[in-house]
Amino acid sequence: MIQSVETHATMADAQRAMAADAIFMAGGTLVMRDVNAGVTAKRIVRCTDPALSDIRLTGDGVTIGAGVTMATIVSHRDVAFLAPVARMVGGPQIRNMATVGGNLFAAHPYGDFAVALLALGARVTVAGQTGAARPLPDMLRDRSRAPLIVSVTVPRPQAPADFAFLKVSRIKPKGVSVLSIAAHLPRQGGRIRGARVAFGGMGPMPLQASAVERVLDGQSLDAATIARAAQVAAEGFDPPTDGLASAWYRREVAGVHLKRLLERMGRG
Amino acid sequence: MAKTPVVFILNGNERASFAEPGQNLLEFLRRGVGDLSPKYGCGQGTCGSCTVTIDGQTHLACLTLAESVAGRRVETAAGLATGATLHPLQDAFMESFAAQCGYCTPGMLVSAKALLDRNPSPTREDVVEAISGNICRCTGYEPIIEAVLAASKRRVRA
Repeated sequence: MIQSVETHATMADAQRAMAADAIFMAGGTLVMRDVNAGVTAKRIVRCTDPALSDIRLTGDGVTIGAGVTMATIVSHRDVAFLAPVARMVGGPQIRNMATVGGNLFAAHPYGDFAVALLALGARVTVAGQTGAARPLPDMLRDRSRAPLIVSVTVPRPQAPADFAFLKVSRIKPKGVSVLSIAAHLPRQGGRIRGARVAFGGMGPMPLQASAVERVLDGQSLDAATIARAAQVAAEGFDPPTDGLASAWYRREVAGVHLKRLLERMGRG
Repeated sequence: MAKTPVVFILNGNERASFAEPGQNLLEFLRRGVGDLSPKYGCGQGTCGSCTVTIDGQTHLACLTLAESVAGRRVETAAGLATGATLHPLQDAFMESFAAQCGYCTPGMLVSAKALLDRNPSPTREDVVEAISGNICRCTGYEPIIEAVLAASKRRVRA
């Protein structure tokens, strides 16, 4: 049972109010489910700082406030490269509510946006932090102990065709993901330099596919490279078995869907 | 546990009631304020039968903290008709047999109205997308899609 709702003006204040008996609420699409089911903390902590909804271009990246909604991502021109990802999250009502910051804490089968951010090499700024933003994988590794997130800084792909996202779901147009894949493949002279590929639904959190990245780096995106990448797609992953799919199924189809995504990127 | 006073605009009229800690907007509207038009379906943001608009944007009332609507404009299906005159969407839903058991209808109407408010001449695809967060287990959706398209044509003419 919730005993109190505490609303703070800044994330630094909200962070100070956090404790073992408190849960932070942003868009509410995850937390309110637990509140409705009566299985959550005693205190809800919120923050009304309008800066949480800011989107700012920063050099060759863009800094997205943790409170920016999926609907804003879909329509804001400075984050157009992320619009196809946000469009795949939930239905219209969920997109009007769900936030970028909240998505980083969304357990499978949710959290597709975080998969895209991982592939793009995003960094997070946490409440009360001074200094450089932290790599997203560090935060994702132990989400239950992660501090509050203020913003996410995402490098913008040099060419729109360098980044692509794919979500596999059984229900169209709105369904949770069996798995999702995001790939950022910057190319120089036709060769991939610094490939980053991330999977959702292949483990307890969004994970980088380092075996795939090793296969792709330094290569051009031709049929032989794509076939080799598909072969190692599930390498190093221990996917879950749940009501959507078995671990075996996820391992079997990971390469199939990766191949489709890479072929789409190869066509440009 | 202290209750929180919440003053907000419901369907154009200022309303006030007390929210319990952690109470969701759906329960608050139905039990506290007495607007029974948003329905409780799943309580976890899957079915869309509790859809309302907050400042013109569709939200799921069951996943909205009641006190977060303080000072904001909330609209529900109960605000669609003007006196005895139905909203064109409601007329179209009746004529197209877009309601069968009727449980999803208020949420469908709110999603459809939000669509027509920002896009008076939607394509069929726009309509499908706009109601993709609302589940209907009776109609197979076709009569609903037809109704929204019919209402949009009527409104454009009028």
